[in-house]
Amino acid sequence: MNLSEIIKILEATVIVQPDTEDFNIQRACSADLMSDVLYYHAPDSLLITGLTQLSVIRTAEIVGIRAIAFVFNKTPDAQIIEFAQKKKIPLLSTRFCMYTAAGKLYEAGLTGC
Amino acid sequence: MSLNIKETIDGSFQLVGADFTHAGEASTQLKQKLAELGVPDGIVRRVAIATFEAEMNAIIYAAAGWLHYCITPQSITIQVVDMGPGIENIELAMQEGYSTAPDWAREMGWGAGMGLPNMKRNSDIFKIDSVVGEGTTVEMIINFP
Repeated sequence: MNLSEIIKILEATVIVQPDTEDFNIQRACSADLMSDVLYYHAPDSLLITGLTQLSVIRTAEIVGIRAIAFVFNKTPDAQIIEFAQKKKIPLLSTRFCMYTAAGKLYEAGLTGC
Repeated sequence: MSLNIKETIDGSFQLVGADFTHAGEASTQLKQKLAELGVPDGIVRRVAIATFEAEMNAIIYAAAGWLHYCITPQSITIQVVDMGPGIENIELAMQEGYSTAPDWAREMGWGAGMGLPNMKRNSDIFKIDSVVGEGTTVEMIINFP
């Protein structure tokens, strides 16, 4: 699924833009605990999380998660946004809770990791 | 890309307890190094996950530690030595979901109780040695194809 479609489904604000229009996401996972993400993930996936710490961007980089969507309209600090820009990891913010955000994407055909 | 490792490559990173700004840098640099050496993506990812978990444990639990690595044409050995409180019951600590992480670490997304299981799961050989009051040493070997 193209990231632009995910942005539309989640009615998301884009905090860090993708560096290409052809930005495809294969799967998605949702978690607030980073070791759960390290255990259960897939490369080229989207992480849906309520955690806005630096460790989220690090974890994404380690496992090859391509983009991150923060729930409840959360936005990380400027330093973390800058770090994600440097790592070329797009960041989104959606008003939906984690359950609803995941459900909407699953319904649209984006399966779990 | 084929493996481009002609001789043994080794190095170390110093880990500073509670330094969350730089937490993960050692694992990221090691990941990049392996990718440059032509190690397949899946193996690079296993090394990165195992190393990242060990690095985070040292940063969360210990005042300081070291991460040593040794890359040969056959495998990588990662050893993480910390000067932390040590683990009282290693068998219990190896259980998925068991955690003694403090609240502040949980607020940062750590403490799922999956750290040691993740290290073991991603290693071909996993060894852990801990002395209460002295520290913990984790050694992980991951073979190349």
